[in-house]
Amino acid sequence: MTPAAAAAPLADAAPRLRVTGVRKQYPGCLANDDVSLTVQPGEILALLGENGAGKSTLVKVIYGLVTPDAGTIEIDGTPATLASPAAARAAGIGVVFQHFSLFHSMTVAENIALGLDTPEGRRDLPARIRAIGERYGLAVDPDRVVGELSVGEQQRVEIVRVLLQDPKVLIFDEPTSVLTPQAIAGLFDTLRRLRAEGRAIVFISHKLEEIRALCDRATVLRGGRVVGTVPVAGASVNDLARMMIGQDMPPMGSDHAGRAGPVRLSVHALRLPSDTPHGTALDGLTLEARGGEILGIAGVAGNGQEELLAVLSGERPSPEADDVRIDGQAAGRLPPGARRKLGLGFVPGERLGRGAVPPMNLAENGFLTAHWRLPLTSRGFIRARDRAAFADRVIGAFKVATRSRATAAQALSGGNLQRFIVGREILSEPSALVVAYPTWGVDVAAVAAIHAALVDLRDRGAAVVVLSEDLDELLSLSDRVAVLYAGRLSAPIPRADCTPERLGLLMSGATPLDAVTEAAHAA
Amino acid sequence: MLPRLVLRLQPSALALYGAPVIALIFTLAFGYVLFASIGRDPLAALHAYFIAPVNSTFGLSELLLTALPLALIGLGLAVGFRANIWNIGAEGQLLLGAIGGGSVALALWGEGVPGTFILVCLTGAITGMAWAAIPAFLRIRFNANEILTSLMLIYVADQLLGYLVHGPLKNPQGFGFPESRLFSAEAQMPLLWDGTRLHVGWLLLPVAAVGIWLFLSHTLAGFRMRVGGDAEPAAAYAGFSRPGMIWLSFLLTGGLAGLVGAMEVAGPVGQLLPTISPGYGFAAIIVAFLGRLTPLGVVLAAHLLALILIGGENVQMLGVPSSVAQLFQGVLLVALLASDVLVRFRVVWSTPARRAA
Repeated sequence: MTPAAAAAPLADAAPRLRVTGVRKQYPGCLANDDVSLTVQPGEILALLGENGAGKSTLVKVIYGLVTPDAGTIEIDGTPATLASPAAARAAGIGVVFQHFSLFHSMTVAENIALGLDTPEGRRDLPARIRAIGERYGLAVDPDRVVGELSVGEQQRVEIVRVLLQDPKVLIFDEPTSVLTPQAIAGLFDTLRRLRAEGRAIVFISHKLEEIRALCDRATVLRGGRVVGTVPVAGASVNDLARMMIGQDMPPMGSDHAGRAGPVRLSVHALRLPSDTPHGTALDGLTLEARGGEILGIAGVAGNGQEELLAVLSGERPSPEADDVRIDGQAAGRLPPGARRKLGLGFVPGERLGRGAVPPMNLAENGFLTAHWRLPLTSRGFIRARDRAAFADRVIGAFKVATRSRATAAQALSGGNLQRFIVGREILSEPSALVVAYPTWGVDVAAVAAIHAALVDLRDRGAAVVVLSEDLDELLSLSDRVAVLYAGRLSAPIPRADCTPERLGLLMSGATPLDAVTEAAHAA
Repeated sequence: MLPRLVLRLQPSALALYGAPVIALIFTLAFGYVLFASIGRDPLAALHAYFIAPVNSTFGLSELLLTALPLALIGLGLAVGFRANIWNIGAEGQLLLGAIGGGSVALALWGEGVPGTFILVCLTGAITGMAWAAIPAFLRIRFNANEILTSLMLIYVADQLLGYLVHGPLKNPQGFGFPESRLFSAEAQMPLLWDGTRLHVGWLLLPVAAVGIWLFLSHTLAGFRMRVGGDAEPAAAYAGFSRPGMIWLSFLLTGGLAGLVGAMEVAGPVGQLLPTISPGYGFAAIIVAFLGRLTPLGVVLAAHLLALILIGGENVQMLGVPSSVAQLFQGVLLVALLASDVLVRFRVVWSTPARRAA
């Protein structure tokens, strides 16, 4: 434990990162109010807080993206003026953001080269990317085009990019949301190794179990202020939750069981080559979701998730009309709008830019998909009053924290925007709803609200298909879970028979799918 | 102290209206120095540019007449540009409108059919649409870049017009000059204002401006176009067909440009000539952006551009070389577009020392 021993005396000298009295006023919102925290060398500090608690603003201040109205930042005891991200990087601060900044048409190596501040860093870049990938368990091919990578793989690129700069202080904004249990274990291993090297790490997450497993101390923010800083060792999940939201954790919907009705959404033995060189072909994929059930789809990123979602939404038509059925109607060759008219709802994984138009306001973003199923137009003209009323209904029913429906989608936090998008789809009264990564990067309260809304929709007789890389979420939400691997979907397993081990095996392709399928049919 | 640009969270209202004023003041100062430096009276030159075109009824009517084609085409372009669909070939669509409309006028020459000019305009709009349909089809079917195809079709249209006025449509009594007959009276646009060249086609401008405004802000189809421009994946997700948007924007602009072409030949020009447009189709691209792709903005920008086009001709009568006139026009446009930066960004003065820290 040499690094730890070396880190110990430093800890007495000065914290690696000290933030004192940061205040940031936005128009109409005090995002940070006298926020202070410290991180010692060789320490992982959890930064906890709800939607809009001020975590992202604080990260932006530390990274030089936002100039605070007041407050100081010290690194190793030296006051630092961080006027830009370049200055912050030069001072040894690296951030892995929740929203990636990658050019989709460029390769991994090109993207990383663009983020480097000095040209020398570009030498041997692919080799160094591979080396870092191996060393920290972040395998990624430097020559692949980023647009073809899954969300999970894109995050690895972001982490590698930051690690290449050899930062002293590392900030991770909701890093585990897109990883499998195995990959989370790998990431934690990476983080522990970084900690042992004497780096200071700020870990932002809403998954309290993870924080308990990984972090040393937790600083909790609420309403832009620091509620307190506690050692994680002595705190229970409920203690942390209470500090964060000011009340006990809302119960996760684990006491429900769906009653299966008629098949509302199905895919039949679909084979479809990938339309990108590094994508995954769908290889005889069969899916059947019944009214009154939540079907969870597990799987590691890059096993056909994007292709399956495009086939379900209609953005990619199938070869035969019968390949996809919505409420019994052949829909394989229908475009997205026609599928929505048949009763399909869809929440995409990418919230800003796909699920919502960033510069448009909430009234317009509500209208975006709802107009297919609700009478929000007449003779081609938009009924502005009905459009506004619909947006207000979504905002009210799903407790979207926003000033008004005239706020642009890009001004909402991730959790609030997801509440709005899920709410929009649910209030369009779909008979089958497909939801991709519903709670990625969403705070605890919003997760509970979104889950409750999905369960409620199911209880009203709709089929709900949830695609997620978060096994805990699938196990708490789904009635049956199927695993997507290499473009094929396993037979669904009733939740009672699901164990993380069994699903983990299917996710890694270790068990021949056919054997599992037969066993499930026999059972 | 170094200036630095910081993105504004909200566009500043002060800058929105102040920026064009700053641009104008800068341009006037630049023009003063420019005209003085070539030995002309700068005040007379600036007067010829900005005052003379509008201080007589005839001047005013000429301004409106020049702004009309710019505004109509600019309105159409604004719709497509909002959806990131780049029709650069409005000039070609204008020429085809002139050919189509002109052919009808010549076919009915001397027949005395009342209201021929309406048929001329309609035919012009349709042939303009047909020409615009080519790049739209190529984009949708073969994913061919519409910027290149629509641009290149301008030169095809130009050659076609040249062939027709040298050949089939040449005036039989024209002593071999490459021109058609003068259109008969019933094929010419009736005048709106006696003693000027302003014709009834001008009445279409308010109709088109209000129509496009309604379309963009109050119709489902207009909403789709805006979504397509702001976030293409969101448009795909919401099921808004990209081919539909491409067709709509090309046919709309093609129709308007074709109409403009027909109104030019049936209006101020009165016949088919080898050259019938001083580049309205290109200038309308500037107009569309200068007007920030909004209907009211486009109409205002069209009149501003018309002013400096006419002003440029006026100063040449004072002995200013045409190249200097064009230089001045260029500076005005660059200053206007550059001042837009102030609307979206604010200038922050910071000391180098602080930046280095």
